[in-house]
Amino acid sequence: MNVRQWAADLMLGVRFAFTGGREGWTRAVLTAVGVGLGVALLLLTTALPNALTVRHDREAARSDITFAIQPMPKANDTLVIADVDEDFRDKQVRGRAMEPEGPRAPLPPGVDEFPAVGEMVVSPALKELLDSDSGALLGERLPYRIVGTISEEGLIGSAELAYYRGAEGLAEHITPGNVERIDRFGDPEPVEEQSDPVLILLILVVFVVLLMPVAVFIAAAVRFGGERRDRRLAALRLVGSDSRMTRRIAAGEAMAGAILGLLFGAGFFMVGRQLAGSAEVYRISVFPSYLNPSPALALLVAVAVPAAAVLVTLFALRGVVIEPLGVVRAGRPARRRLWWRLLLPLAGLAMLYPMIGNGRDNGDFNQYLVTGGVVLLLVGVTALLPWIVESVVARLGSGGVAWQLAVRRLQLSSGTAARMVNGIAVAVAGAIALQMLFAGVDDDYTKSTGQDVSWAQMEAILPSGVPLDRAAEKFRDTKGVKAVFAYSESWLGDRPQDPDNGTTLTVGDCAALREIARLPSCAEGDVFVVHGAEWDGEEDVTKLAAPGRKLYVDPSYEGGPERPAVPWTMPEGVKAAKPRTGLLAGIDRGGFLMTREAMPDAFAPALDGHAYLRLDESVPDVHDLVRNTTAAIDPLADAMTWASTERTDRFDAIRTGLFVGAACVLALIGASLLVSQLEQLRERKKLLSALVAFGTRRRTLSLSVLWQTAIPIVLGLLLASVVGLTLGTVLLKMTGTPVGVDWTGVLAMTGIGAGVVLVVTLCSLPPLLRLMRPEGLRTE
Amino acid sequence: MSIGHTLLGLLESGPRHGYDLKRAFDEKFGHDRPLHYGQVYSTMSRLLKNGLVVVDGIEAGGGPERKRYAITDEGITDVQRWLATPEKPEPYLQSTLYTKVVLALLTHRDAADVLDTQRSEHLRSMRILTDRKRKGDLADQLICDHALFHLEADLRWLELTAARLDKLREAVAR
Amino acid sequence: MTPPAGSLLSADQLRKAYGPTLALDGAEFSIHPGEVVAVMGPSGSGKSTLLHCLAGIVPPDSGTITYNGRELSAMSDAQRSALRRSDFGFVFQFGQLVPELTCVENVALPLRLNGTSRKEAERAALSWMERLEVDDLRKKRPGEVSGGQGQRVAVARSLVTNPRVLFADEPTGALDSLNGERVMELLTDAARSTNAAVVLVTHEARVAAYSDREIVVRDGKSRDMERVV
Repeated sequence: MNVRQWAADLMLGVRFAFTGGREGWTRAVLTAVGVGLGVALLLLTTALPNALTVRHDREAARSDITFAIQPMPKANDTLVIADVDEDFRDKQVRGRAMEPEGPRAPLPPGVDEFPAVGEMVVSPALKELLDSDSGALLGERLPYRIVGTISEEGLIGSAELAYYRGAEGLAEHITPGNVERIDRFGDPEPVEEQSDPVLILLILVVFVVLLMPVAVFIAAAVRFGGERRDRRLAALRLVGSDSRMTRRIAAGEAMAGAILGLLFGAGFFMVGRQLAGSAEVYRISVFPSYLNPSPALALLVAVAVPAAAVLVTLFALRGVVIEPLGVVRAGRPARRRLWWRLLLPLAGLAMLYPMIGNGRDNGDFNQYLVTGGVVLLLVGVTALLPWIVESVVARLGSGGVAWQLAVRRLQLSSGTAARMVNGIAVAVAGAIALQMLFAGVDDDYTKSTGQDVSWAQMEAILPSGVPLDRAAEKFRDTKGVKAVFAYSESWLGDRPQDPDNGTTLTVGDCAALREIARLPSCAEGDVFVVHGAEWDGEEDVTKLAAPGRKLYVDPSYEGGPERPAVPWTMPEGVKAAKPRTGLLAGIDRGGFLMTREAMPDAFAPALDGHAYLRLDESVPDVHDLVRNTTAAIDPLADAMTWASTERTDRFDAIRTGLFVGAACVLALIGASLLVSQLEQLRERKKLLSALVAFGTRRRTLSLSVLWQTAIPIVLGLLLASVVGLTLGTVLLKMTGTPVGVDWTGVLAMTGIGAGVVLVVTLCSLPPLLRLMRPEGLRTE
Repeated sequence: MSIGHTLLGLLESGPRHGYDLKRAFDEKFGHDRPLHYGQVYSTMSRLLKNGLVVVDGIEAGGGPERKRYAITDEGITDVQRWLATPEKPEPYLQSTLYTKVVLALLTHRDAADVLDTQRSEHLRSMRILTDRKRKGDLADQLICDHALFHLEADLRWLELTAARLDKLREAVAR
Repeated sequence: MTPPAGSLLSADQLRKAYGPTLALDGAEFSIHPGEVVAVMGPSGSGKSTLLHCLAGIVPPDSGTITYNGRELSAMSDAQRSALRRSDFGFVFQFGQLVPELTCVENVALPLRLNGTSRKEAERAALSWMERLEVDDLRKKRPGEVSGGQGQRVAVARSLVTNPRVLFADEPTGALDSLNGERVMELLTDAARSTNAAVVLVTHEARVAAYSDREIVVRDGKSRDMERVV
């Protein structure tokens, strides 16, 4: 067999794929779109590791805060840098204040020149934000002149908000992890970062779940127009091509769709790459340049996809004898057997099972086992579904005429029906599992913060030395703040250095103190000791509360910086109080409570101010108004938003994303369902007209079309739910998260699946009605 | 149809007398037209003269005397030759109907009318034949089919001519 | 024109155009109960269109069709469909059996469309299949039977509702003459025994010979040969 003959046959097939009028084109394009989406996704997968590496490298190259406990001495190549990160709405702004201490001070990556005091260089995204109306609030907090932009190598994503500003007098504030002196950027001892195994698991599952239906779809897509192709192949045999040639021609047809799909896929990928530059997922954005698939993997995709298309076609044609007068399916297809179909999902479960509980304790998941297990479980859907459809449909009994027509049709060709639904079932199963995993993992993170957001929604931390009363006043004047509870807080120890026993000291007015403990009575000048708080050892508190005992406020610890350690002698008449639970970060407050009057002035430098703010969250941008006030009180003051609201937001975003993704995959599959449905209807034009002639109601035929789609889809969705919930449960167990079923999610996913059926049926109705017109009976 | 050959053929199975021959002929072939005995008699005389049959004996009984005929070897050869010789297909070149149609066209009468009327007449015959076929035995069916196919052939010619009347009109007018 | 006395189904001055093609141009028709009328004519003459109009499948552009004293063109599509289900039966050349249903289910289908229960419908179907000598095919699907058998199944189906009028459009067109004749015999016998009228569209004289009379359609105009003669 010479190469030229092969090529000629394949080319003939390619030509057939694109001839055949509008219908031929539609099918070719639809196949190509399906394959193209799959290819784009594949290319993205191959590019992603690269993107994550680039991000990681850039992050490492600009790292500055090293948590060095011993500060390095000032020199002409040192720089004092302070972490001045900001929050704006739900976004984080990476901020650094810099003060070069000599001419050879290191410049951060992506910055050409040090900004002077009162100036800053910003990332393009931040510049855009500040220039926009919505960024004005943030502008109040960053009242510096923009003198330049940070270029790409200084950023880890196109949407990253970042700035460097000039500052002076930073050296006094040097504290590890906050303000540091450095002589270079970049991690001096880069450690191979241990990624969160749960995150890796998520990413793996996301890709498998998104790729599987696409793979199933590609397999189904290359079989589009099978009956018509069969006739064409038979005609080719009639004019003298032998059996092998015919098969090659068929393979050529499939290959044409796949190659066009490759082109589409490359196009989709390029578009997606550009779009990726403006998108942010999980607060992570990337530059298009990050998304360069490694050439070897891209080449693999380019070769594997058309090869797979050819193989699927040849596989589908096995057991088919193409005769000159028609295509003969070899014998009666054997009854589908259950055992090997069950084996697939069971093998998948078996691969996942050993990793149950790994997520929290010993970390790693075996990536191959995870991928293999998930793939096997989902492939199990495609293997089980034909069997289920066949067995169920064979048992479906009497009903109306519409039902009978549909059931009989399904009984004759349950394989075709199942194949069309496979994609939907796999997509839904994957989406359900993924959603359970997201919901479970996210719940987990949200719960662990446990702050009482009903009591306060924000907390402002004011550095020592900031007058608390004035700060509280300013917060009260801020729009959207309903109540302010301000406390000065510190730690008490029984020795100035390395104390054995210690507890908290909280200073506030009576009203504020009542918020955190049950006081018998309160007057200015009172001091209380809280007994029975969970956080403090009861023994410690009782011991420390002995009158005359000498204590130290804000003691120093070995290896840490020197603290003031202001001495305090326990006064007489300390009143006993009871803790109130559920307040202040979920931890009941114990230790000593002190009214303002009772506090010696000397304590002031040893105390940090904390203001807990109750907000009217319906006021727009209330969080940023508070942040602005905080920044106005002191540049080093910090405002934190208490968690749980934002976490849920983030989960919602993922859920929406998942829905959109699943809906797109389902829409694609729906389109292919529609095409095959229409093809089938057109082939039955004569029959339809005859049925109409003897008085069949349109309703009856429409209903039968609906049943014909709905029965396999319902079965598919049921199976998908079972497999999806199983997979979700296993994945949650693997991450060590309590198993909970997100029923709304399951319902929504199956609902989308059901919606696809409805839409497909609705879309096939107009052509159906058109075909049912009596003109179909005309032969002349 | 050659009555002589048919009668000869009937004699091949054994000698028969004249009336016997007539009955056998009528039974098998004479569905529409029974033979007149005179025809049998004259045919047999001719065959006798040509030496294709011989008189096997004379039956004297209560009625008139009857000759019994038997076939000779020559007679058998003759039957054999007749069966082996294909019938010359009818030329059908002289058609009254064609003449009628052309004449109608020449005289500017409605030629389609002529055709329609003829079709109707043909169909009437075909209906009668079909009806007889339904009620009759296999022999009846085959005989009727033969006739039906001929009539059908005429009808197909009628249809074809009807479809080409316009062209024919032009040709005739030239 | 008033319909001829005693006629079950009649049509007058039918006109029907498909786009620029005039399929019927003033056609007439009438049939009595128990009568078999052949509609003849060359291809494209409008025979099938006449049948479709008479059966209420296609509404004519103009003209009247009267069935049993009711004006067909005044009925809605749903009413005409209901009429076709209850009073008419149909046999076509091919492509009329539902390939997924077994033969007996195919025959029972018109009864089922009328709301008869499955059991009852299939019992009636079977008795008609016996009459048409195809009862041994009941469990087979149309793809598994020969053309002649399939056509007999189709005839059984057209008769299962005991229609008053049977419309047959080239019912033997796809069969050899032996099978075709047998189908015609069974069809006309069955129709006569139930006193159904048969409208038989054919271009074959031998099939038309099973009729009582014929009308000829040419260029959209019909000619009733009985009235002419």
